[in-house]
Amino acid sequence: MNIASRFERAPENAPTVRIEVNGETLVAKQGISLAAALLAQSGNPSRKTAKGNDRTAYCMMGVCFDCLVEVDGVANTQACMTLVRDGMIVSSQAGLRGLGGGQDV
Amino acid sequence: MQHKSTEITIVGGGVVGLSVAMGLLDAGHRVQVLDGVDSDMRASQGNFGLIWGQGKGWNFAPYAKWTYAALAKWPAFGRRLTDLSGMDIAVEQNGGFEFFTNADEMDEFAGMLANQQAHLGNRVNHEILTGDEVRGQIRGIGRDVVGASFSQTDGHVNPLRLLRALRLAVKALGGRITMDAHVTKITPATGGGFDLTLADGQQIGTGKVILSAGLGAMKLAGDLGFKTRIRPQRGELLITEKLGERLPFLSSTIRQVDEGGIQIGGTKADAGMDDSETLNVMAGLAKHAVAVFPALADVRVVRAWGALRVMSPDGFPVYAQSQRHSDAYLVTCHSGVTLAPLHASTLADWIENTTNAPDLEAFDEHRFSL
Repeated sequence: MNIASRFERAPENAPTVRIEVNGETLVAKQGISLAAALLAQSGNPSRKTAKGNDRTAYCMMGVCFDCLVEVDGVANTQACMTLVRDGMIVSSQAGLRGLGGGQDV
Repeated sequence: MQHKSTEITIVGGGVVGLSVAMGLLDAGHRVQVLDGVDSDMRASQGNFGLIWGQGKGWNFAPYAKWTYAALAKWPAFGRRLTDLSGMDIAVEQNGGFEFFTNADEMDEFAGMLANQQAHLGNRVNHEILTGDEVRGQIRGIGRDVVGASFSQTDGHVNPLRLLRALRLAVKALGGRITMDAHVTKITPATGGGFDLTLADGQQIGTGKVILSAGLGAMKLAGDLGFKTRIRPQRGELLITEKLGERLPFLSSTIRQVDEGGIQIGGTKADAGMDDSETLNVMAGLAKHAVAVFPALADVRVVRAWGALRVMSPDGFPVYAQSQRHSDAYLVTCHSGVTLAPLHASTLADWIENTTNAPDLEAFDEHRFSL
């Protein structure tokens, strides 16, 4: 395997999808990661740590966990490991996630 | 060749060795702690951080009493560690549960607790709760839970910060800790004391030597004439992502670290010196956690590891003075966190053989040669 084959090229003529980020619509090319879409949008912080520090995507390979966002109601989703999908609802996280269910079902 | 002399040398810089060092420093001794290398099996870096008494010594009264004496001393010990180290080690001792999903196992454990209670008398008590009673007390407990036991004196601590605080406390008391000091040989010196040989060839002279290097002490213990044969017992652990909410309980298998992550563990396996984790055991742990507290079902596991417990043949601590060399001691146990307040105080009296020395005859290793 040569080094180039380990990278996927960004799709050039791919169709676009529309996702919602904190209530705003964002248009991104199908096939890119959510982290790439967020960085391309503004590069602004996409979450705050438990101590209130700003973070956004950094390693882009699933290791640093700095890119956590809530996707379709699921907290702590790694944006760099998630491809954009039409209709995706994304929101920034502030601090740690809570306990979702809480109830015996 | 460098030749240094120290009054007491402790081989092993984990929770047990550092605790013993604190007690000896308080008693006015010069103490050096030799810690091993990173590739050693370090039980002090893999443990669960429980300060726990439930069930311990149910079939061996001295261990039940020793454990509960340690639990009583933990609040003051935790404060002292914080004073000496400047670190918050997150001691919480507000009681702990043991949850059961199998009625027979629950009955068996209730019987063990009754035996333990008989050894301890009225100073200590525990409660046995039905599944509905537990669900009435703690919101969110799963309906597969058939019951639980609860003991008021159980608790937990942040285990890695405890280890760091112990290191800082030993230094604050004037002790010396040498890292990367793997002791390969201990030779009795002419005229008393010992010469310790390190892997790098350095020689260290000492008056007394205390072996508390867990699984790493076994060869040296044999060389000094100790009969105890320590064995590794593997436990596996899951660590979840950090949560912003507090888990409404502490149990021996599910605990939330003060930073927010949840540790799930408690498995036991004989796997020799293999400390790797296994898929089926990890799956079983996850299943147990979700049965006890179903809200954990969507919480992600971010790390898992195996670690080796330090077990004596009967599982109880060993406090032994060598028959062959009276200035050599073996101090080894599984419950180094729970027993730390005693190791850091009254164990020094035993090593010095003062009039205040606790009677530790029951923990001598002659029990293994009967």
